[in-house]
Amino acid sequence: MSTQPTAPAGAEPTHFAFDAESEQQIAVILAKYPPERKASGVLPLLYVVQKQMGRQTGSAWIPRIAMDVVARRLEMAPIRVYEVATFYLMFNTKPIGRYHLQVCTTTSCWLRGSDDVTAACKKATGISAFGETSADGLFTLTEVECLGACANAPILQVDDDYYEDLDGPRTLELIEALRRGERPTPGPTIDRLNSAPAGGRKVLVDDAAIKPQGQG
Amino acid sequence: MVKVTVDGIVVDVAPGSSALQACEAAGKEIPRFCYHERLSVAGNCRMCLVEVSGGRKPVASCGFPISNGMQIFTDTEVVRRARRAVMEFLLINHPLDCPICDQGGECDLQDQAFGYGADHSRYRENKRAVTDKYLGPLVKTVMTRCIQCTRCIRFSTEVAGVPELGGVSRGENLEITNYVEKALTSELSGNLIDICPVGALTSQPYAFSSRPWELKRTDSIDVCDAVGTNIVMQARGASVLRIVPRINDEVNEEWLADKGRFVVDGFRRRRLDRPWVRVDGKLQPAGWADAFSLIATRLKGVPGARIGAIAGDMCDAESLMALKDLMDMLGSPNIDCRQDGAHYDTSRRDFYTFNTGIAGIDAADALLIVGSIPRQEAPVLNARIRRRFVDAGRGKFPIAMIGAPNADPTYTADVLGEGPDTLAKLAAGELPFAEVLANAKNPMIIVGHGALTRPDGPAIAKACWDLAVQAGAIRPDWHGFNVLHTAASRMAGLDLGLVPGAQGRDVAGMLGGGVDVLWLMGADEFAVQDIGPDTFVIYQGHHGDAGAARADVILPGVLYAEKPGTYTNTEGRVQRAFRAVMPPGDAREDWRILRAFSEVAGRKLPYDTIEALRARMAQAHPAYGQAEHTRLGTTDTTPPQAGSVAVAATPFHPVIADYYLTHAVCRASPTMETCSGIYVRPAIEAAE
Repeated sequence: MSTQPTAPAGAEPTHFAFDAESEQQIAVILAKYPPERKASGVLPLLYVVQKQMGRQTGSAWIPRIAMDVVARRLEMAPIRVYEVATFYLMFNTKPIGRYHLQVCTTTSCWLRGSDDVTAACKKATGISAFGETSADGLFTLTEVECLGACANAPILQVDDDYYEDLDGPRTLELIEALRRGERPTPGPTIDRLNSAPAGGRKVLVDDAAIKPQGQG
Repeated sequence: MVKVTVDGIVVDVAPGSSALQACEAAGKEIPRFCYHERLSVAGNCRMCLVEVSGGRKPVASCGFPISNGMQIFTDTEVVRRARRAVMEFLLINHPLDCPICDQGGECDLQDQAFGYGADHSRYRENKRAVTDKYLGPLVKTVMTRCIQCTRCIRFSTEVAGVPELGGVSRGENLEITNYVEKALTSELSGNLIDICPVGALTSQPYAFSSRPWELKRTDSIDVCDAVGTNIVMQARGASVLRIVPRINDEVNEEWLADKGRFVVDGFRRRRLDRPWVRVDGKLQPAGWADAFSLIATRLKGVPGARIGAIAGDMCDAESLMALKDLMDMLGSPNIDCRQDGAHYDTSRRDFYTFNTGIAGIDAADALLIVGSIPRQEAPVLNARIRRRFVDAGRGKFPIAMIGAPNADPTYTADVLGEGPDTLAKLAAGELPFAEVLANAKNPMIIVGHGALTRPDGPAIAKACWDLAVQAGAIRPDWHGFNVLHTAASRMAGLDLGLVPGAQGRDVAGMLGGGVDVLWLMGADEFAVQDIGPDTFVIYQGHHGDAGAARADVILPGVLYAEKPGTYTNTEGRVQRAFRAVMPPGDAREDWRILRAFSEVAGRKLPYDTIEALRARMAQAHPAYGQAEHTRLGTTDTTPPQAGSVAVAATPFHPVIADYYLTHAVCRASPTMETCSGIYVRPAIEAAE
């Protein structure tokens, strides 16, 4: 069945205007394009809208009226903006929760236990299926395709931040922390630096051998 | 030229052509859905696959450029299997509702599935369903049938110039939509129905009316504007059920404006189907003989100078000629085909013609529009201007308008000013656009009826002519002075001399008791209420509108669908329409009515057949005796007569207040009424 890419009735705000912070970002973005090609700025401007909605309403999404504002600003037909905004999944065309939980369920993450992460998300938030928002309006759970961080699978992306090397219990902790209003440091949730081996270096352990003479 | 071999046939095709065009040149049929020769190439349906020598895979021929010596194979096993596979994919999500689909019988998908598809379906899964979209009162949508060829998106963006349709979401969820619940704001939206290869976009007013094989097709000419769009009337029994455009690259390409297409349901409503005479202030049904003898009695003893005739905007040239001859016989110089009171110098044909020609727009490189909104007055012609604007590229076809500051012409046009005083500034070189005109090789100036219907119309026409001469636009090989007409009968009326003779009265002069007997032939678009109370009014026409309501005698004439007729479009092209259906009741062809009456009045018109009448027309104006249309160029740059009037400074006003309700037939059409309510009235109310 097809899904309507539009917000439910009543959710759509009646007014949208860029705030000062957004205007500052827009000035930087539009400076990158020749004036007659400013329609190229549609993707970054939609991000600006989504961020501003997140700041102002706690729900980072792009209402239609804001797409119209973008269309006017870039002097392009509104439908061209609608097309872009609905094509890319990172733009939310419906209201979402305060925190956007995006679970990667593609092969690497799935093999490494993304099912546990999903289950933990559902348990902690009370959400029963992907695409839904929790009753308290705090969380929206989305299934996403490969996030390109397979070395740190499984991944949970919260808004723009990657939380890596998760399992069920750590996912629960993470969500509880978010619920308390904290933002734990993004990155691996186990003892490793970025994508380096867990528990420290596994090869070239003889430091002297790899350090050039005279240094150290 | 590039040599290409298609299935062993060697053809020469222009460089830059696609493989599909080469195949067509070789006479090979290539199935296609997304490809349309008047739209950009999308290449997304994959139905036009062919094999090319040296290629390892079949290629989409619509977007594949040819090269010298290329060999194309359109009917190999690989191609057949590839097309069968494409067809199978297209049909995955296409519903099997052909029996209740209005496209059935003229559906590209149906035909091509039959010709190129497999003989059975292997698909057992669920099909996707898509919510229908609201695109206004004219285009009905059944979006589940959509195969996403994107022709409608490209048409609305490229041709109509209203980028309101798009494809939202992606993959399985892709939907063609306008995203907002809003009617398409185009006067060309009906063409979406024609270009949709499946039953996703069909005609709302025509829904479930008939099947294409039930319809009798008759070639005709649209008379809702002065473009002379070539159309086909499709009739079943006594009713024309729909009107679709006919291809004529010189005039309308393959488009038709919405009014000309959807006016059809006004054809059989509010018709005058028998003569009526006014007895004691009330109209009573009568016979032809009674009506004629009443008019003849009333005319007795009335001097020719006290008789007048006004011809309407939809008359064929034959009836205009007969009316003119009848008035001459009655000794009346009071005849006028200009209900809107426009001024023309009729001493030369190129003073009142769209001289550049509609196809000539393609060669123009600068355009000035004075007192006209072509989008409303001639939507198809406006699409031609827009195409020229788009094809020329950024800034290569500069367009400026004088008047109509708030109109959206569908292309970028500088509004130089609101009144005709701007013309003087242009002539003096005070505006930057003067330089554009001076530097252009083939400049065009369009003068509309927003200018010509004003009291200072002659002066504006002269100023535009002078400007054209100044810009070098009037030469033997190029004529850049153009009058854009709004009435289909106007050119023929002016050609055949339906303007007041010496001491004759024009429309305004005939009102207010200026004449004792007034013959209205399909004339409803003037101040009917100003006809003098003692004037005896004869209304000859097909619809019960303003003119008929005031008439003392009504003679039922016929519509353009019900008579063979000759129509001259704004560029002076003489075109012929044929009879599609028989008229209702006692209605008769207009020239026959006039011919029959002339005998009762004792002043018999000298023609008994339409051929004899046409010979008379050819004698009255040479254009009506020629088979070919020739565009005018001239060395004579003498301007049209302006008389003593001077150009005033008052701003131009649009001549069309409501595009959907400009004549008696569309006022009888429920569809046009609905359109007016949706498109025009909200704007008028908002402006108040």
